[in-house]
This record gives sequence, C-alpha cells and structure tokens, in this order.
Amino acid sequence: MSLQLSGPSSAGRRRSLFAGVLVVALVTTIACGGSDDAGSSVTSAASAATSAAGSAASSAAGGATSSAPDPDAGAGVTIGLITKTDSNPFFVSMRETAQARAEAQGAELVALAGEFDGDNEGQVSAIENLVSQGVDGILITPNSSTGILNAIEQARDQGILVIALDTATDPEDAVDATFATDNTKAGELQGQWVKATLGDTSPKVLMLDGTPGGTVDTFRHDGFLAGMGLTNDSPEILGMENTNGDQTKAQTAMENLLQRAPDANALYTINEPAAAGGYQAIESAGLTDQITIGSIDGSCTGVQNVADGIIGATVMQFPSRMAEQGVDAVIAFAADGTKPSGFNDTGSQLITDQPVDGVESEDTTWGAENCWG
Amino acid sequence: MTGTPTAQRMAEAPPARRVTLAGVLRQPLLGPLAALIIAIVVFSIITDSFLRPQNLSLILQQSVVIGILAVGQTLIILTGGIDLSIGAVAVLGTIVMARTNDASGSFLALLVVLVLCALIGAVNGGLVTSLRLPPFIVTLGTFTILYATTQLVAGSATYQVPDGPLTVLGETFRIGGFVTTYGVVAMVLVYAVAWYALSQTAGGKHVYAVGGSPEAARLSGIRSNRVLMSVYVLTGVIAAIAAWAALGRIPNADPNAYQNANLETITAVVIGGTSLFGGRGSVLGTLVGTLIVGVLRNGLTQAGVDNLYQNIATGVLVIAAVALDQLARRRNR
Repeated sequence: MSLQLSGPSSAGRRRSLFAGVLVVALVTTIACGGSDDAGSSVTSAASAATSAAGSAASSAAGGATSSAPDPDAGAGVTIGLITKTDSNPFFVSMRETAQARAEAQGAELVALAGEFDGDNEGQVSAIENLVSQGVDGILITPNSSTGILNAIEQARDQGILVIALDTATDPEDAVDATFATDNTKAGELQGQWVKATLGDTSPKVLMLDGTPGGTVDTFRHDGFLAGMGLTNDSPEILGMENTNGDQTKAQTAMENLLQRAPDANALYTINEPAAAGGYQAIESAGLTDQITIGSIDGSCTGVQNVADGIIGATVMQFPSRMAEQGVDAVIAFAADGTKPSGFNDTGSQLITDQPVDGVESEDTTWGAENCWG
Repeated sequence: MTGTPTAQRMAEAPPARRVTLAGVLRQPLLGPLAALIIAIVVFSIITDSFLRPQNLSLILQQSVVIGILAVGQTLIILTGGIDLSIGAVAVLGTIVMARTNDASGSFLALLVVLVLCALIGAVNGGLVTSLRLPPFIVTLGTFTILYATTQLVAGSATYQVPDGPLTVLGETFRIGGFVTTYGVVAMVLVYAVAWYALSQTAGGKHVYAVGGSPEAARLSGIRSNRVLMSVYVLTGVIAAIAAWAALGRIPNADPNAYQNANLETITAVVIGGTSLFGGRGSVLGTLVGTLIVGVLRNGLTQAGVDNLYQNIATGVLVIAAVALDQLARRRNR
C-alpha cells in the first residue's frame, strides 16, 4: 500500500477513509452531482467504523485469556480471516478477537466472509483476492469442506500459511493446521451430563440435530450418543429432527416430536438456539419438569439460559482462542517460518449449575465471564 | 422499425450536443463507465497489487458466472420483467451436469442441462405470457421450487467434477503476459452475441419495444407473447452456459452455491444503467456493472478493507444507480 504514511494503529481509520473517499467518488460520478446523498452515506460508514472499533476493543479487554503479546512481533504482517458469514455472533466474536490480537502485535488483519451460510464461491474469491494482495497467512472457517480445496491449494503453493478455524476441511491435511473444538468430545460431555442427571431413570431421548451431512453435526451427534452409552439404533431414542441450528425450526420440530413422544425425558440439541426453540415447545406442552435439556455453544445468551434453568447444561466452545491462536501462528510463521500442524483442540467446557459426579464442570458465573457474543 | 418510434427513441439515446446534466443522463453507459474507470484509477494508486496483470485477470475470472447470468437478467429486465430464479436454474444445472456426467459422460451432460434449462425458461415464460402472472411472482415461485428440487436431486451432497469437457472453461491460456480462462472468453462471447442481437436485429428492437410500451408494441404488430417467450427460453439457455462456467471455476457442484445470484445479477444490471421499468438499457452497461462490483470487491480487499464495508459500497452504488434512472425518467417526460 503506497499511502502507508503512519504507524499501524491508524490502519482502521485510514481504511474506512479510503472506502469513504472511493464511495463518494463513485456515487458522485454516477449521480453527477448528487453530493448530498453521498455525504450522508459516508457519515454512516464512518460511524459504523467507529462502533466496530469500539466493540473490538471491549472484546479484547473481556476475552484476553492468553499472555500479553509482543507489540512489535507482527509489524508488516498481513493476515486474512475468512468466516462463514459476517452476521453470526460466533464469527463476530472470532473476527473481533482476531482484529484485537493482530492490532496488539502491529499486524494488519483483513476480515472477509461468505455472503450466506454455505457460500463457497464467495470464500474462493476471498482467498484469491487475499493471495493477490500478498498476505502472509489465511485463517478460514470453510463453508464447504471440499469445494474450497483448490483455492486453498493455490494459496499454499504461493507460500501462504493456511489454517482452518472451527470447521475442518475434508481431507483435514488440505490445510497446514486446524484450530477447532473437538466436537466429538463436546458431544460426549453433553451426553455424560444428561446420563448422570437422569441417574437410574431409563433414558427416553429426543434429538434436535443441525444440518444433514455436516461434519460438525455428525461429530456432536455421535459424541452425545457415545456419552449416553447409546447408538443410533438404540430403542431409547424416540425421535430425531433436523433444525439447521435455527430456533424457529427447532421449536416446530420439537412440537411435532412431543406429539409423537410425550413421555420423553432427555433432549439433545445441536446448539443453543435449537435448545431455546426446543424449550419453547416443552414449556407450551407443560413438560419442563420432565425433560432434561443439554446443549453446545457457550454463547452469553446460552449461558444465561443455563442460569435461568431453561437449558440444563451447555458445552462452551472458545472461538476467541481459535482466533488468537490462528493470528499468533501466522505471525510466528512470518517471523521464522514455523508452521503449526495437525488438529489442535481449542477446548470445550461443560457449564451447569447442577454439577454431577464424574463430569468436570464450571458454574454459570464462570460461564458468564468466559462466554462469547 | 417505423412502427415503434417511442421505443426506438428510448433505446438509442441521441448524441448530446453539449455536456449537460440532461445530456449525460440520456447516455446510460457513461456514468457506469466513468465509475469503473475511477475505481480502477483509485485502486491502482492506493494499492501496489491491484494493477498487476494476474490480479486483473482474477477479477475477470471472478465475474464470469454472475456476468453470464446477468446477460439473461438484462434481457428479462428490458422486457419490464425480473427473474428471481436465474441463479437457481444454473445451480440445478451444475448438479444435473455433474450427476449425468458420472452416469453417462460429459457431452450428454451438457446437452441434457441445455435442454433442461431452456425448458425451465419456457415454464417461466409460459406462466408469464399465458396466465399473465407478474414475472416477480412467477420466478419467486420457480426459485423456491428449484431450490428444493436441487437439494432433492443432490441428496444434500456436493459432487466433485473430474477434469474434462465440463471443467474446460476453467482452463487457462496466455495472451502475452496475460493469463486468463476460457470461461472469460465464453463470457465475452455471450455479451458480444447479446449486444449484436439486441442492437442490430429486428428481434432485439422488439425486446425494447415490449418493455418500453407493451401497448404501443401490440398496436404496431409486435407479437409480445412470442418475444417474451423467446426471452425467457434464451435466459434458460444462458443459465445453462453459466452452469458450465461455474463448474469450470469451481469443479464442485454444490446445491448451496449461488443463493444470492438473482440479487447479484439484478445489482449488476441496475448499476449498469438498465431501467428496472423495462425498455431502456444495454448489455454493455451490464458488463460494466458486473465489473464494477468485481473491481470493488477485489480492490477493497487489496486495500485491506473488511467485508461489511465492501457490501456498504455496493449497496450505495445500487441506490445511486436507481436514483439516477428515476431522475432520467422524470426528465424524459
């Protein structure tokens, strides 16, 4: 960038200034003098930039779990982050943490995303554009574990470090390393807690799954069953429905499942929105005392739901750790060529106010301090 | 074409005598073209990497699928319609192409998809002409149906496509120092054919006439239904070509791909100066509109600007372009 005049701390402001100047230029050209409208649009872009910077700073303060980084370690390093979408709180948390972590070390982070959940083409273009810009490393949560492979290969051929966050590629070694939740383990924790909470009562399980065929969904589902000591064919499973992890769909699915199996006593949920939707249906049916709900995610809303007794227990994931470790790995790679490798579990933690023997857990106070979103 | 003076006047802007606001407004291509040039100049100044040949080639490659689809969208918008199903047709095309390829070879796969997409276009056109349903509603319906059909045909799985005739549009060749793909050539050809057909043939004039004033077109003896039907079928054929290009770009048929293609093509058409009310605009404008979106996305990434600001920039451009169109319509009255 030829207009790099000052230190990296003003990078954000300068960037939005560029964007603003460009938008004004284009709008005035197209509209041939419609400068009043152009002026107001720039104001809104600038204020959006300010609020984004503000929330990044606050999340850095709240989520700083690792040691204080060297403020000059990342000078001159550029990192691309490509999330699945830019609206989901999980990815927002990831982006803001990465931004703060990069800034703290003097590195520049460019955050891109797919247009919608499942947008592979948008992520391919994002990788190509980052490669063209000459970034040192790319952190990606792939929308398609297979469709993205060619683009990743091209980036790695250019000597760029590519790390998968949250979701692995298929095959997993298509990237240099993966920083993600061990979703099988997260599922197991949920299953073990539900099993222990039921105690001697014979389980009658309903399952609110995510998306058919998704690797994360399969790992959590199978992990839960392993934790319960069940298999997909066990008669203790009274019904399963796909919810796409969506609260509204989960509510409808649970209403239908309860028509079929009103005597259920345990509910597996793929994530906390699915748990919230499932709870709505259970409450309407007047079965809140009968059914134990387990979930996975660790968002602040989810932890609050655990504290309020809506969800029995949730397994927290740590998107901020994925982002921090990813940023640190790229900066280390830029410094001396060290590459991370393999699958790196960023951890999962059972959060509940009803602890059980044999499953390590934290309470919702700890959860509220460490949650995301 | 003596029978449709209104449509002709709207389609072919008279040369401006001196540079006035009204004169510029009557040259719909001028604004978008200037915006594209300014964007290129600005990005060339503020980044080192933008003007590299391989980066410019990249922008073209990234524009191929939406660019080809946008030609079909332009045809339909010129008739005063809109096609929300266009991307879904192409995505179904990629899935059917990949699965037919696995079963019975690539040439049959291309043929089957060409016929299938033309048929879907005919269904859209048939509903618009025979039942007189608004194109927005018809294509909203077929969009929803096609999305579900695609998931069913794909079994919610993705299909890797082996190298061969189906991926040939992704293969690269070199002109001097400039490496590009056959997909880019295909896009340029589609635009060239569409430009020639719209501006140099009687059929093209009829498309403008039907969109500009259906009543006047009917009175002057143009069979509107036949024009509309051919436009919808042609758009289906164009979607099939886009499906082929999509497998060249990413050799992985994915039922979740291009969910926003309908909106992205409308964006390109509108930024390119074609009126959403029909009868006014050109495919060359759409090409420029497609490139503006591609240049913005690529250039802002080169400049280190995050995604959300890229979307803000595109949104502002759309509104500016439509505002300009409204202004032009008011002045034309």
